Amino acid sequence: MRVLLRNPRRLVEVAGPRRVHELLAELGVRRESVLVIRGDTLVTDDAVLDDGDEIEVRPVISGGAL
Amino acid sequence: MKCRRCRQPAVIELRRHNAAFCPECFLHHCRSQVRRSLEDFHMIGEGERVLVAVSGGKDSLALWDILLDLGVAADGLYLGLGIGDYSDRSGEFARAFASGRGARLIEVDIPSAYGFGIPEGAAAARRVPCSACGLSKRHLFNQAAVEGGYDVVATGHNLDDEAAVLFGNVLRWSTEYLGRQLPVLPAADGFVRKIKPLVRLGEREMAAYCVLRGIDYIVEECPMAEGNKHLGYKDALNAVEETSPGSKAAFYFGFLDRGAAHFAPEVEAVRQSLGTCAACGSPTTGETCSFCRLVDAATAPLQAPTRRRR
Repeated sequence: MRVLLRNPRRLVEVAGPRRVHELLAELGVRRESVLVIRGDTLVTDDAVLDDGDEIEVRPVISGGAL
Repeated sequence: MKCRRCRQPAVIELRRHNAAFCPECFLHHCRSQVRRSLEDFHMIGEGERVLVAVSGGKDSLALWDILLDLGVAADGLYLGLGIGDYSDRSGEFARAFASGRGARLIEVDIPSAYGFGIPEGAAAARRVPCSACGLSKRHLFNQAAVEGGYDVVATGHNLDDEAAVLFGNVLRWSTEYLGRQLPVLPAADGFVRKIKPLVRLGEREMAAYCVLRGIDYIVEECPMAEGNKHLGYKDALNAVEETSPGSKAAFYFGFLDRGAAHFAPEVEAVRQSLGTCAACGSPTTGETCSFCRLVDAATAPLQAPTRRRR
């Protein structure tokens, strides 16, 4: 599957199938700090991601002036 | 994973609530949480006009969207911060949202109106960029609300923001800041009421809300914020949250229930000492307010380096 990461923006290839929480663990990303989007749909931690899926791991943390 | 409300397939799980939701029930959850904050903290009176501080990011656009859906008369205010391409794109998202919802967006461009952008202003005033940005926002949002006859300024501070600020204030025992860290700051001479209707929602929820509502927002982090303390506090709290879901909410709402009142006298003492800025008339504890001092520093002519005598 192709995985889009941000900050900085980059694409990585990851072999499927694997569950969302496994993918995040492999990427070293905290679940609380991202959303995982397949195509244009959010997916939960237990969803299985397959080869051929287009995945975005979108950061949700913002921390500028408050 | 099934939706807790309707048992349809879920798209997001919220470990803090030990729940998962389908798209429709998740949007219902977000609106319910905001409605509960508005009611519990008496944020908006009947017929009051609200000005939403809009940045083009997920929190402020989601807040504006929810308030409009709840029937609140809410206009938006976007500040152009002069942070290059980031500001240009942020403004585009804010305008696109306002246009799509048929809502009124007021714009103030700091470089055009005051002659400097936040990066240059911060450097000239020898402030951290986020500090110069924050004080400019607080000043200009309040000023626009006063001039526009609004009763309330609403900001998109969410649970993660508030927990991280609380964490930083506790680390330093910044007692005056602790006393002011409330979901509602009442109106006072020269200040309109400030409210934070998103305090019951985390920033992961706000990003999910935008995705599910089809709201485009600027996903990239502000280049000025990279590596700041606040992001470090959020990361630390998220590490705790992963092993103990609900910790951030317990920390923040526990403070509101059992801690905040202890710091109120200090806030009152500062309020009693407020005077008026000699330059702009805003409330301040000094002769001129910190925003006017920032403007002075940022727009002062550059001094030629003095030549040393040999």
